[in-house]
Order: sequence, then structure tokens, then C-alpha cells
Amino acid sequence: MAGKVLMKGNEAIAEAAILAGCRHYFGYPITPQTEIAAYMAKRMPKIGGTFLQAESEIAAINMVYGVSSTGKRVMTSSSSPGISLKSEGISYLAGADLPALVVNCQRGGPGLGGIQPSQSDYFQATRGGGHGDYHMIVLAPASVQEMAELTIRGFELADEYRMTTMILADGTIGQMMEPVSFDFEFKAMPEKPWATTGTQGKREHNVVNSLYLSPEVLEIKNIERYEKYAQIAEKEALAEEYMTEDAEIIIAAFGIASRVAKNAVNAARAEGIKVGLIRPITLWPFPEKYFKNCLATAKEIISVELSMGQMIEDVRLATECKVPVSLCKRVGGMIPSPEEVYAAIKAAAERIGE
Amino acid sequence: MNYKRITLICGHYGSGKTNIAVNMAFDLKRQFEKVAIADLDIVNPYFRSKDSAPELEAAGVRMIVSEYANSNLDIPALPQEMYAIVDDKELVSVVDVGGDDRGAYALGRLSPAIREENRYDMFLVVNHFRPLTPDAVSTIEVMHEIEAAASLTFTGIINNSNLGAETTAEDVLASQAYAEEIARLSGLPVVLTTVDEKIAASLQGKINNLFPMHLQKRPV
Repeated sequence: MAGKVLMKGNEAIAEAAILAGCRHYFGYPITPQTEIAAYMAKRMPKIGGTFLQAESEIAAINMVYGVSSTGKRVMTSSSSPGISLKSEGISYLAGADLPALVVNCQRGGPGLGGIQPSQSDYFQATRGGGHGDYHMIVLAPASVQEMAELTIRGFELADEYRMTTMILADGTIGQMMEPVSFDFEFKAMPEKPWATTGTQGKREHNVVNSLYLSPEVLEIKNIERYEKYAQIAEKEALAEEYMTEDAEIIIAAFGIASRVAKNAVNAARAEGIKVGLIRPITLWPFPEKYFKNCLATAKEIISVELSMGQMIEDVRLATECKVPVSLCKRVGGMIPSPEEVYAAIKAAAERIGE
Repeated sequence: MNYKRITLICGHYGSGKTNIAVNMAFDLKRQFEKVAIADLDIVNPYFRSKDSAPELEAAGVRMIVSEYANSNLDIPALPQEMYAIVDDKELVSVVDVGGDDRGAYALGRLSPAIREENRYDMFLVVNHFRPLTPDAVSTIEVMHEIEAAASLTFTGIINNSNLGAETTAEDVLASQAYAEEIARLSGLPVVLTTVDEKIAASLQGKINNLFPMHLQKRPV
């Protein structure tokens, strides 16, 4: 696809997945992510791929498990209530060390909630979501272009570390249209000697399973997995910093909230308030170093979220509560306005006596 | 623009139909007394003509929309007053139809009356920069799917080729060959080229039937 095209965020995820070599998509419709399935339904049959609308979210995630076992790139997508249903299967993927890409285009909750955007699945995503000790790598795009880029990066990370990558988007980024370029470099997919593709009579058979009959072995598996997670936290944590160098007030915001926050930072900077933005791009691993580093100048941090305050806990942990962390939020499908964030910055500036 | 009594706006998903319908409603109001915009979109629960309801109603345009548009109730509901489009012969309307053939099915129940009265235009909105309709052949495929679903045939093409806020006058000029190829293959005229009012001045005199549009506010 040469030159730029105009796409919805959801469509950009689907096209990027195809470019990344994903030829298997299993899903079940739910607003606001249905464009991913609709796009796959149109494109996959034309390129020899598989699009399958499963009978449920649970069926779809288990189809992902099956294809991933064979070493192929595979994905599913849903929105908040559907991700809750998929969480059992995501735990099984973790237990079997299988790579997969799962997209959560979040909507307001809990329960059926509503179809407007939200970031209130942060806890669910960054703590794993399902049962057992495990993590997913969680990527948070803030533009349609990043929906494409992080989808491709997500497949790479999933294969490299043999785990699920979740794209944690929201209804606004999924639905909004922006120009996108697909002019990317692609890494070759790594060898997958563990895949269950038939022994050809030449090797021991591979087993993909999450059931361990020996508690001793299961303990070792869990510990090994957490050693891998520690390496990922060291190597892959990523954030964007905006005007943080001399910032006495730091905004922490990801995804759609970060775009609103950036407008507010610009407005406050125009008035001479020393404020900057740290935008986590990986939510797990959380980019702790960026927050530790900002303490050189920061006197207060404001977490701007479309939730009742979830990422704020990771901000407090990363900064060991050395400065006050306040919350600026809207929930239920509402998005804070740049004016609301600006007002929060002004209030913080008064508190720290700037 | 010489409007018929009913103007149907159809096209591929995300081709820009709602923005065109809203702008056309204001344009109709400059020519006619009794004007309505009807939202028959059963595909997309977001970015609806209802977003512009305060401005449209202030201008005296009647809104024929589902009471559930822009709410959390995500069902393909049609407006209660939709038959006014065909029943009230004094009413001049623009109809914002949902994307692709799936959206056009909503027209099926109105199409016998629309055909019988035969005072309508049905325009195909095209955007060269949408990934699934990058060329004339793929766009014509979508056109035929919509016609089959709507039980109506198109009468013209609206070239709405754009890259959102990044669109340049050169992008619009470059898209003309695409629109003309669709016109050649379908035998239909390019009735309008719709552009953001911000770049319209630099295209005046270079494109026939230029239609500058005031675009709905983007979320962020």
C-alpha cells in the first residue's frame, strides 16, 4: 500500500496485522471494534487467509490457541465485555507460552456499560486479566498511525517472548479516521522449534499444554516465566516524554487521554507553567524509569485517565510516593476536555507555589 | 446545484457521507423552505448527523433521526418519521445512508415509493484514499453491491477524496483521474467534488462543481 491512506484506527490494526503476516483472525462482533472483523472478512479471503466469526468470544480465543500452537501469527479482537470472556483463554495461552495478539478497543463499563470510549480495563490488562501468575505485554496506541505500528511491534514482541501482546486501545482511537502510512520495516518471524507441526519422524513430538501434573515442575515453570518478565521489564518499557526536562508538574496519560493532555500542556506552557507529559506506550511493562527520572524536577504528578484511577497506582509505585499524585478523570464514556486538564494543571501549580 | 426532491447519499464505509449530507442540508435550506436531513445509518453508531443537530435545527432543517442515535443503545434503529421522506411531497430532503451494501439495505423499504415518484438523485460518494476502494474497479464493485441492496440505481458521483486534516489541494487534483475513471466505467457524471472549505480557494477555477464543506468538529 503505497502513500498514505485514510483509515479508522480499527482498520489500521487489521491492515497492519495482514502486513505482519497474520493470516488467521478469529473474532466475534462487538462495538467499538467491529471494523477489525469487517476488514478481515473482506481482505482475508482475497489473500488466502482465514477469517472466522466464531460462535462466541470464548470459542475465538481458543481458536487463537490452536493456530498459535502451529507457529502461525494469529489474532483476535474485542471490546471490554468480550475481553472478560476471552480472559480464560488468555490465561491458557500464558500457561502454554503461546504468542498471540489480542486487541481490546475499550468501552465504558462495568457490565455492558456503553459503547463510548474508556480506559477502565487498565487493571485487567496490566495484571493479566485471567487466573494465575502471568502478564501480557500491553501496548497503548495514541493515534491511528500508532495503531498500525504497535500492531506490527506487538506481533514481534509476542513471537520473541512467546506470550500474548495486547493492544489496549479505546473507542475513540478505534473509530477516528486519520492518514496512515504503511511504509514499515519488517523483522523476519523467528524460528519456532516448539510448534506442533508434525515430527516428520525426525524429532521428539512437541507438546503445547498448560496442565502440569507435578507441582514441583509447575513452580519452576512459573518462576522461569517471571525471570522472562523481568528481562522484558528491563528491555522493553517505553514511554514518550514531552516537555519534561524542566517540568515541575508531570502529566501521566496514555492513549486518547494523552492527546487531550498534550493540548493542555501546550496551553499551560504558553502561560509559563513548567509542565510536561509522560505518555506510557508500554503499560506492561510500566515505564517506571521515566517516572523515577522525572523526580529530578517534578513536585507533583497528575494522572489523566478515562477511569476512576487505575494507572495512578503504577505511577505511585514507580515514584514510591515521593511526590503527590493526583487524578484528573472522566468515566462512563466521557473524555476530559483540554480545559479540564488545564484546570487540573493550574490547581497543581497553585499547590506547589509556582 | 440543481437538487431533486430527494437526494440519497450512499457509498463505501467511511467515504464521508455524513459530512456531505450535513453540508448539503444547509445548502438545500438556502434554496428551499421545507428541508429535512434523514439519518438512515444502521451501520455506524458514531459520527452521526445528529452531532450537528443544534446548528441544523437553528437553520430550520428538520432532523429525521433515530432517537437512539449517539446513545449507548447500539442497535440498527431507523427513525420513526422516515416515511415523511416519501409521503410529504413538499419536503425536500437529503438522506444520509449507512456505508456499503449493509447500510443501503435500509433504503430497500423506501425504494418502491422513491422509484415511483422518480424525483430523486442517488449519489455515490468516493474517496481515492480509502484503503479498500483505491481504484475505480474496486469502487465500482462497491457501487453495484449498494445498488443491489438499495433496489435503486445511482445517478451521479461525488468525489470526496481526502486524507482528513492533512488533505492538500494537490491530493484533490490528483484524485480527479480516479473519479473520472469511475465516471467512465459507470457512465455516470461527477456531479460534485467536495473539499474542506479551508482549501477550497486554492481549487477555484481548477475543478468543476466544487463544493466547499464546513467539516464537523473532530474529537481530539
